Amino acid sequence: MTRKRIVLTVLHRLAVLAYVAFALFPLFWLLKVSVTPTSLLYTEGIRLWPSQASLEHYRFVLTHSSFPTFFLNSTIVSGATAVIVTIVASLAGYAMSRFVFRGKYWIVGLLLLTQMFPLVMLIAPMFKMLSPLGLTNSLTGLVIVYVAFNVPFATFLMQSFFDGIPKDLEDAAMIDGATRFTAFRQIVLPLTLPGIAATLGFVFTAAWSELLFALMLISGNQATTFPVGLLSFVSKFSVDFGQMMAAGVLALIPACLFFLLIQRYLVQGLTAGAVKG
Amino acid sequence: MQKIATRLEPWLYSAPVLILIVAIMLVPLALGVSYAFRDIRLLNPFSGAFVGFKHFRELAGDGAFRGALVNTLWWTFSSVILQFLFGLILALLLNRPFKGRALAQALCFLPWAVPSFLSGLDWAWMFNPVVGPIPHWLYALGILSEPSNILSDPETAMWGPIVANVWWGIPFFAITMLAALQAIPKDLYEAAEIDGAGPIERFRSITVPFLAPTMAISILLRTVWIANFADLIIVMTNGGPADRTQIVASYIFTQAFRRLDFGYASAIALVLLVLLLAYSMLIVVLRQTMLTRH
Repeated sequence: MTRKRIVLTVLHRLAVLAYVAFALFPLFWLLKVSVTPTSLLYTEGIRLWPSQASLEHYRFVLTHSSFPTFFLNSTIVSGATAVIVTIVASLAGYAMSRFVFRGKYWIVGLLLLTQMFPLVMLIAPMFKMLSPLGLTNSLTGLVIVYVAFNVPFATFLMQSFFDGIPKDLEDAAMIDGATRFTAFRQIVLPLTLPGIAATLGFVFTAAWSELLFALMLISGNQATTFPVGLLSFVSKFSVDFGQMMAAGVLALIPACLFFLLIQRYLVQGLTAGAVKG
Repeated sequence: MQKIATRLEPWLYSAPVLILIVAIMLVPLALGVSYAFRDIRLLNPFSGAFVGFKHFRELAGDGAFRGALVNTLWWTFSSVILQFLFGLILALLLNRPFKGRALAQALCFLPWAVPSFLSGLDWAWMFNPVVGPIPHWLYALGILSEPSNILSDPETAMWGPIVANVWWGIPFFAITMLAALQAIPKDLYEAAEIDGAGPIERFRSITVPFLAPTMAISILLRTVWIANFADLIIVMTNGGPADRTQIVASYIFTQAFRRLDFGYASAIALVLLVLLLAYSMLIVVLRQTMLTRH
């Protein structure tokens, strides 16, 4: 190993470390504030860890608030959205990647258009459309809206993953008598698993974070999602930052867990794909 | 018969997406456009009359709107450039094997899983001198003359949401770029190395061309997305102080939710829509000319 190489390796590790620190510090801070007792919150504001940690905020949030319900609602909405979007978008992404057909540019244009316009523009018409159908104040209504919002980007994402897979494999299968849909399902989709995982992760996270439409469409406690719950929590309990951050940490858990699962899979999948390719 | 089936095939694959988009995005979009020319106030059952260009005339004399336009440019381009640069660097760092890479990658991508408005709250908290560390660090470095909240200073407030946005958005670019990087066949690099190409030459003639399509589409989509992205600003500054962080998207939100004036909000949204469409057209045309030149 030459001297230059050692220096480069050290620089590389330092850079990675800097990224990790930058990514984690705000989350560490969230955790730190959430375990700081209210009495110490302001006196020990900038210490890296409070002299005395407590779970009082968590206890309050879990027993004296509707947070467990919000939590469940958000999980249902995000999970359903992610699954539906991924199925629908892989079909369309495959069409975009494999077929040359009249109207394709119109579809691409349409998908791009949906990425251009300010979603806030849709809030009022959406409310007026969903209300007579009984889809306001319902998780189903939210899923429908979130699926539509996430489908265009997911389609582009899936298309780019399909583009990376050679056509020869499915062509060979189709020469051997398989229908295109069979070839798609049994040959192309398994090769795209990292892409599917990435899409699921993207969409789940996006649905989990959505605030504006949930705010507009949901007004009762039964169907409240986590972001709306946290905001009403803030106004209801006169901004107790410790409790707010504790609620935030709790709501972070499923998103992070889901992400870490996907993440591990993403690494494996990408590496396997690279080896095979 | 066979021929018709083959022709229909791509449409069958695309049908679910098309139906969803038309029914749940285009129909309400058309309604929203019509609202821009009508007097629509959510809580007023007597509103709904056609008012022509009244909202747009109002908009022309609206100083807050002009300020928001400038802020939108500033917010969008600094966020996208920083996210892209740091994301690309991160992807390149993670693309070479080292011990603990899987863990480092998972940790670096974690901000992406944080709900956007929660990261807004988190960063607002970090910038708060009473409980956050950042003002004290900036003071110690001599950047601030006293440990104050940069979010309440009109000159610096915009940096708050931008920093939060960069933190939150780096993983998006890093994930996309890393996936594209790992799809580049390894033998290309080996062949180039055998031919005597140095690392810079290999990066220029293999990595960049392979990444270019992914870069182009992710930057285009992200720019538009960030221009419309109001959550962080709403949560961190609510457009203040003195409208210095108000972007067009957050201004629409303010009009719609504080004044419940959906007509005026839709008119602003329509202007934003036209501007964003113009931007995308420009990019598409530029890309086409570059492609034909090659």
